Amino acid sequence: MRFVRSVFVILVLASPSAVAPAIAYAQQPAEQQGAFVPAESLPQRERMPAAPLLVAAYAFVMLALFGYVISVSRRLTAVKTDLTRLEGEIRRTGRG
Amino acid sequence: MFAVSPFVIATSRDEAELGMVFKIFYYHMPSAWMFLLSAIVCGIASLRFLFSGDVRRDRTAVAAAELTVLFGLITLVTGPLWARRSWGTWWIWDARITASLVGWMIAWSYLIVRKYGGPGSDKLAAGLAIFGMANVPFIYISVNFWRTIHPATSVVPTLPVDMSWRLWFCVASFTLLYVLLFKLRVYLEEERSRVDTLYLALER
Repeated sequence: MRFVRSVFVILVLASPSAVAPAIAYAQQPAEQQGAFVPAESLPQRERMPAAPLLVAAYAFVMLALFGYVISVSRRLTAVKTDLTRLEGEIRRTGRG
Repeated sequence: MFAVSPFVIATSRDEAELGMVFKIFYYHMPSAWMFLLSAIVCGIASLRFLFSGDVRRDRTAVAAAELTVLFGLITLVTGPLWARRSWGTWWIWDARITASLVGWMIAWSYLIVRKYGGPGSDKLAAGLAIFGMANVPFIYISVNFWRTIHPATSVVPTLPVDMSWRLWFCVASFTLLYVLLFKLRVYLEEERSRVDTLYLALER
């Protein structure tokens, strides 16, 4: 009985050290990517469809840049119109 | 070059874990570099404006701040689209991502102060731009100092040649596009300044 009790105590005391590496492994954050890994060796089932995200990203980039160019050209047109009007007014009034 | 870049990217191969979504990287990284470059240009121009009072530097800073917002927006939108597939979440409060968001908001605040700040807002905004520039090295090196799931700066040198030339092609395209947009935006500021001068001449 005494032997069984000491084995039980030893097991209880030793169990955290046996489980600790497993817990530490489970608690590890996702690995940071430090190098390029080629795709050829992967099975097809592991390649999740990514086309919608890719298309959304590229569409957004194109729209943002196109929108910005339009915005700048509209502002430039407005400024040019102002400039022409003011230069005409100055010529007419003889100021400046 | 920029128009050709989607075709160049379409023919590249997929990455092991991310698959096709890795191709977002070809636009995400160059736009992030332009975002950081623009914040540096804005900060240096603002510093020179504060010390010399040269209004041409101020116009440069305004143009750069607007492009910081544009390229920052592209970076902050394409990043989550990539993260959704690779990390399983749209956003995490990672050191680099959070610092990038802060940098982008500083550029926004620069433009807001310039628009609604009234007299003297140019100098106040210049101070903001200097803080925006100081944030840039932090954004760049944060992935190497803190443990984060954002890819480290060491990924780019490990890319195989057939992928790295495509990346550098996109970097060159974005740089040329940045220079073009920057010149256009500075020209707009110069024309605005001419309009202000003419208004003052008329009021005299």
